[in-house]
Order: sequence, then structure tokens, then C-alpha cells
Amino acid sequence: MNSDTQLDLWEVFIQSKSGQPYIHAGSIHASDMKMAMQNARDTYTRRGEGTSIWVVPSKYIVASNPDDNAMLFDPSNDKIYRHPTFYVMPEGAKNI
Amino acid sequence: MHNEHSDSNFQSRIDKGEHIEARDYMPENYRKHLIRQMSQHAHSEVIGMQPEGNWITRAPSLRSKQILLAKIQDEGGHGLYLYSAAETLGISRQELIQSLHSGKAKYSNIFNYPALNWADIGAIGWLVDGAAIVNQVSLQRTSYGPYSRAMVRICKEESFHQRQGYEIMAKMMKGTKDQQAMAQDAMNRWWWPSLMMFGPHDTDSPRSSDAVKWRIKRETNDELRQKFIDKTIPQAELIGLKVPDDKIKLDEKTGHYKIGEINWEEFQRVVAGHGPCNKQRLDHHKLYFNQGAWVREAAEAYKQKHLKQEMQTI
Ligand SMILES: [Fe+2]
Ligand SMILES: [Fe+2]
Repeated sequence: MNSDTQLDLWEVFIQSKSGQPYIHAGSIHASDMKMAMQNARDTYTRRGEGTSIWVVPSKYIVASNPDDNAMLFDPSNDKIYRHPTFYVMPEGAKNI
Repeated sequence: MHNEHSDSNFQSRIDKGEHIEARDYMPENYRKHLIRQMSQHAHSEVIGMQPEGNWITRAPSLRSKQILLAKIQDEGGHGLYLYSAAETLGISRQELIQSLHSGKAKYSNIFNYPALNWADIGAIGWLVDGAAIVNQVSLQRTSYGPYSRAMVRICKEESFHQRQGYEIMAKMMKGTKDQQAMAQDAMNRWWWPSLMMFGPHDTDSPRSSDAVKWRIKRETNDELRQKFIDKTIPQAELIGLKVPDDKIKLDEKTGHYKIGEINWEEFQRVVAGHGPCNKQRLDHHKLYFNQGAWVREAAEAYKQKHLKQEMQTI
């Protein structure tokens, strides 16, 4: 077995400010969680880009298949009752 | 029937300005072109650390040493962004590095020139990073999503690189006669190779048309080179540096500078491996890659051991 590998691939998610969503920043290579965290910090947050980091082994990411887009992301235009404008509010109703 | 896996559907997505993501259908040549371009780009960031790294221990002040270290660390980071973006195309990091070591993959020719003295650090930051920025700003709008996102991140970091280089040049031009001569000498040596960084003229660039059609490249070599020339000549004049080209003329009608002939023979010679530092750059990369093998092995062994322990505690 060739033991000289480039280690495992991890995906990095960064929260830029508290309260903000975690956004995918890119990926890094590391052999374990601690190294993954350190490498993510060094690679993606050298200028205060983040206040919090998630790292996830790439092999555990489940991605949708673009071929299924039509089915998965159908805009459901026939289900207009999902939108607030569908409903009739009584005249004079406020703050709703 | 509408076929999502057809080249015509792919091209119409491109024409609409959509981005292509890793799992989307793409023609094999689009993938190949991207792997070649992105890996060359990644290798350039990493190999580019060498000429500057040569001056870390000899930087003239603590301030300049800190700046240079931070800049070189950024370049290593740029390499990593680009390697991981290239990996989304289904090529492994091992394969990418093997191709560099075998000579199959290239890196930017500019890094086959030596950094002879401190003025070169100024010239590299100002001219080499300056040329790279023009190219990279344009690539922020490239059609492949992961490449485009890596470019956005890189561009945010690049402007400090160019400014620190220009600051060095400006300081030297305000210094002694000797310092001015050093700055001018560095300018003379780096000007033409920087113009060559944009690649051959559009008329001599066989792969360019596909790259433009697929919107991998958003502007042609000559368009980008002209942007760099127009930005840089006034910067040189401002600090009293002479551009080493007697034919330079501002075309009043177009507002663009015209330049003399680029020496493409020299370019081809350096690309073919006969530049001053080609062998040194690759040998250095191989040496440290091989010396790092035990670290990767140890990390791998540590992981295996801890995986076992984790399994036992479950
Ligand atoms: Fe860079
Ligand atoms: Fe740079």
C-alpha cells in the first residue's frame, strides 16, 4: 500500500458574523478533526473572515443530482396557497 | 426531447450566463481545459513562493519581513484554494502534483526568473502580482463556479500584494542614486516577462477561442495585456521609473499605450525549460515534497490509531 497520501478531503463552512448562516468557503486536506480545524483556520480566515468554522469530511456530504432538478426544485406554482398573498384579509386588518 | 446531457444544452447555459457546477454536465474538453488551466494556476501560486521566499531572511527591516511573510503565506493559500477547486473536477491532489513533477503540467513562466536583490521583491509585487490581478479580476466571472469563487477570494487578498511592491519601488526611487539604479534595473528585468505572463498574442493562441466560447476566459490575452500596460505605465512614470521600451507611445485617440515588439523567442525558450531557474524551481518543490512524506505518513498513522480507539468506545 502506498502510505504517502495527500490525506482526506474536508469541506469548510464559515460564519462571518454571529447570527449569520454558515457558508461554504472551500475545502482543505487533513488527516483528523484537529488538523482539519487548524488547516481551515489557516487557509480561510487569515483576515477576520469568520467567527466560527465547521469542517465536514467531504465523503459525508450528500449532494443532489442535477438530473433531478426538475423534480426537486419544481417551483410549485400550482400551490399558491404557500404564499401569504393567497389569503384574503378582512378590510381594515392591521399588522398581519 | 430536451437533453440536459448535450453539448448544445451546455452551450446555451453558458450563453445565458449560468455557472457550471461540479456535478453538472460538461463536455470532456471543457473539463480538460479547466484542469489544465486551474492546475497551472495553482502550481504558479505555489512555485511563485520560491523567488520571494529567497528574501525572507534578508528583508531590510522587521516591517518588510512581516509583510513579505504574510504575502507569501497568502500565495500558499491561493494555491490551496485553486487545488481544491480543481479537485472538484475529479482529479486528485496526488495526480496534480505528479503532473507538476513530471513536467506535464506547467506553471507561470515568470517564476523561472531569479529574484536577485531587494528591488526585485518590489518589482515582483508591483509588476508580477499586478499582471496576475488583471487576469484574476477577469476570471472572477469565469463560467466554472468553483473556479470563479476561488478567484473572488483571491482577488480580495491580492491588492495588498501589489501595493506593498509598489511601495518598495517608490521608496527606492526616493532613495540614493544606487537605490534608484537598483529599482530601475529590476524594472528593466521584470517588465517584459510580466507582459509575457498574459500569453501569446490572440492570433497565435490556438486554445483561446474555445476558452472564450465556454466563457472560461472572459477577455483575451491581448485585451488583458493592454489593461495592464495602460495601468502600469503611469505608475512607473509617477515614481520616476523608465519603462524599458523606446517604442512606447500613448495613442491619443484610443487612450491606449502602444508598445514595441515582445520577444516571443525568449518566451518560448523559457517555456521549453531553458530559463534561468526552471530546474531549480522544480527540484526545490520535489525535494520538500519528498522530505514531507514522513509527516503525511505519521498523520495517516495517527488517524488510523485514533479511529480504532473511537470504534472501541462506541
Ligand atoms: Fe496569488
Ligand atoms: Fe499575490
